[in-house]
Amino acid sequence: MDDLLQLPLAGLHAALGARMVPFAGYSMPVQYPAGVMAEHLHTRSAAGLFDVSHMGQVILRGDMGRITAGLEALMPVDVAGLAPGRQRYGLLTNDAGGVLDDLMFANRGDHLFVVVNAARKAHDIAHLTAALDAEVVPVTDRCLLALQGPGAEGALAALVPAVAAMRFMDQAMVDWQGAELWISRSGYTGEDGYEISVPEARAEALAAALLGLPGVMPIGLGARDSLRLEAGLCLYGHDMDEAVSPVEAALSWAIPKVRRAGGARAGGFPGAARILHELAEGPARLRTGLRPEGRAPMREGTAVFAGETPVGHVTSGGFGPSVAAPVAMALIAVDALGGDVNLTGEVRGKRLPVTAAAMPFHPHSYKR
Amino acid sequence: MKFTKDHEWLRADGDVVTVGITEHAATQLGDVVFIELPEVETMVAEGDEVCVIESVKAASDILAPLDGEIVAVNSKLVDAPALVNEDPTVAWFFKIKVDDPGVLDQFMDEDEYADFIG
Repeated sequence: MDDLLQLPLAGLHAALGARMVPFAGYSMPVQYPAGVMAEHLHTRSAAGLFDVSHMGQVILRGDMGRITAGLEALMPVDVAGLAPGRQRYGLLTNDAGGVLDDLMFANRGDHLFVVVNAARKAHDIAHLTAALDAEVVPVTDRCLLALQGPGAEGALAALVPAVAAMRFMDQAMVDWQGAELWISRSGYTGEDGYEISVPEARAEALAAALLGLPGVMPIGLGARDSLRLEAGLCLYGHDMDEAVSPVEAALSWAIPKVRRAGGARAGGFPGAARILHELAEGPARLRTGLRPEGRAPMREGTAVFAGETPVGHVTSGGFGPSVAAPVAMALIAVDALGGDVNLTGEVRGKRLPVTAAAMPFHPHSYKR
Repeated sequence: MKFTKDHEWLRADGDVVTVGITEHAATQLGDVVFIELPEVETMVAEGDEVCVIESVKAASDILAPLDGEIVAVNSKLVDAPALVNEDPTVAWFFKIKVDDPGVLDQFMDEDEYADFIG
């Protein structure tokens, strides 16, 4: 525990009564006194404030043409087509077609701003530095807050009115009392909301100002996980990793036509042979939503069977407070899906019935 | 009422001991979403895993605090696991019939338990 990194807002979390747990090398608030269930439901009905300062913020600076080409050589996504002021979801792949990390990247005119997973921060910075003809600058003097939920727009606009006009995946630099906020209209809950990069010296003041607004409550990592699970959003290292391809992870939507076979910039990313093949022929296994029929949650690692045949395992699972039932994602052999075979998940030695279900489990409400 | 170091409360009525989890345990677990109870008429030994209790965060077990026979279970909890968070001292899990109610003397009283959880 001694070498855990402390968040710049650790004092605020303590004052709010957070229970702290180790996560990705940081001491992180897993919940506040309201508890995971109440925090989850509050985010879906009002607004939740998350401290996600453990995540990696990185600036890519240099010749934009070279950076764009360099990133397209690392990710099966459309970097060149991203307009200034817009953000996009990206995936770093390896030569085997697996996923090294998923990230958000934003075009800010003369540079790109990238947000990566906390646990992959060092890896990604080294990977980008080695591969790109660009200055890769870790941003170490800023916090990252997320304000999520139907009340997010009203709350943040009370402080910075310009955010009301932003659309989903817009990215803007906005002044708040002399501090430059880097705001994107995005998040990890399925709700409308914002992610806000704020200078560390002003982060506590901003968090306190937001928490002082009606309807805004602090939300911990516990609810962050149940919210993203219900929203069908992947968690790196669980739902996909270096062995799971983007196609298997049901992230094909992130791979546009221009990078697919026949596209103007088809292939040319690590693992293209496998990924393009899976896009054309279909993958052997696929991240699939599962709804356990009983009340027992099926957690990560739960073995899934079709009849007596093992067909995969749960990659993320738990109780969905908004669904009011257990929900799970599993990596399942495609052959086992679509038939009239009865799927079961093995919990504590018992095979319990599950149904393949569409994701998200709770509808997204992005402001497009 | 007596308390175990596994954060169960025990209340004896003759040779039947009612078992639940403490307020402290319920708070630590967080919102309970699933409970699996033992079968009535099961013989259990101290330390046996007799219940499964899952919160939004994790699954854990309730261990039998004593040797004996399960003579009743609180089925209401299966359909409404949140009752455990509402009032853990009311939401009992199971009743266990013991040979000698004197075995309860080994457990902590309220003050000792308060010291135990600090």
